[in-house]
Amino acid sequence: MSAEQHSAVPIRIYFNVFLTLLVLLVITVWVAYMDLGFLNTVVAMAIAVVKALLVILYFMDMRRGAHLAQIWAGGGVIFLLTLFCLSLGDYLSRLVF
Amino acid sequence: MPTNRRSKTPRRKRMSSPSDTIAVDAHGHGEHDELVSHQFEDLNQQTEAYSVGMWIFLVTELMFFGGLFAAYVIYRGKYHEGFIEAHHHLNVPLGGLNTAVLLTSSFSMALAVRSSMLGKWKSQIAYLYVTLICALGFLVIKAIEYTDKYHHHLIPGPNFNTEAFKDKGGELFMSLYFAMTGLHGIHVLVGVIVISVLIVRTWINRNRTMDYMPIEMSGLYWHFVDLIWIFLYPLLYLIGRA
Repeated sequence: MSAEQHSAVPIRIYFNVFLTLLVLLVITVWVAYMDLGFLNTVVAMAIAVVKALLVILYFMDMRRGAHLAQIWAGGGVIFLLTLFCLSLGDYLSRLVF
Repeated sequence: MPTNRRSKTPRRKRMSSPSDTIAVDAHGHGEHDELVSHQFEDLNQQTEAYSVGMWIFLVTELMFFGGLFAAYVIYRGKYHEGFIEAHHHLNVPLGGLNTAVLLTSSFSMALAVRSSMLGKWKSQIAYLYVTLICALGFLVIKAIEYTDKYHHHLIPGPNFNTEAFKDKGGELFMSLYFAMTGLHGIHVLVGVIVISVLIVRTWINRNRTMDYMPIEMSGLYWHFVDLIWIFLYPLLYLIGRA
């Protein structure tokens, strides 16, 4: 229970997060045109995860959110990973894909 | 549990003091008790219930999109060649511009929520307008892209240009492209309606003390729409480009 900690965050912090997101966008487009083989996908996804974390922690204010909401947000990631693990586990282990 | 409730009173005070919107008197009865629905003990409990409920909804939304993302990953593995070819038919600059537009709208939405917490209705409406314009801009750019796909016969169906691709991965990719960006576009459209309602609501209640939770919850929804696009952009436009 940390809902009572709600108070306004300085605009400067939102602005810095916004600028970082734009810089990451430029980097991800720039890297996409370099031939890194399979690493292209890895780098693009890594940058997307960092951007997502910035949005969740700062814009959605999850770093100060109610603990139960934080648990649900983490649960969402676990549900999604379960979906991917089970579906890919099936398809990748088939003899005829 | 009246004793329990009384012990919570100082915390309510601390929570409300930064925004100065919810004043609580010494007896623990808020001056703005009308902000608390009757099923809740106090504002703190109501605020947490709003937040948890919204996150549960966002988890269902995540799984809704998750199915499409899983289908995308599986078919990308199966029809790799066609997918790589199809990547090159998407417009990277327009997609990048749309990402920037959505990030800007998320930024202004966060500022609108902040203004709401501080009780500044004028800047709140201004920030909501910026968010609304960005949301509409996103849809216009998306419409330009869709029109372009139509002219190049890249919309799956009888008129699909199958000769442009080595295998049927091309058509599958375009199907997934329209399903994923279309579903995302519908969410943006819902966001446009929600933001418009918020603007009107803020204007009507400009002289009254308002609970900032409805706008904070709408903000969570809007940031979620942004989150989905953060993953759609590299997956559809960027990987397989080099």
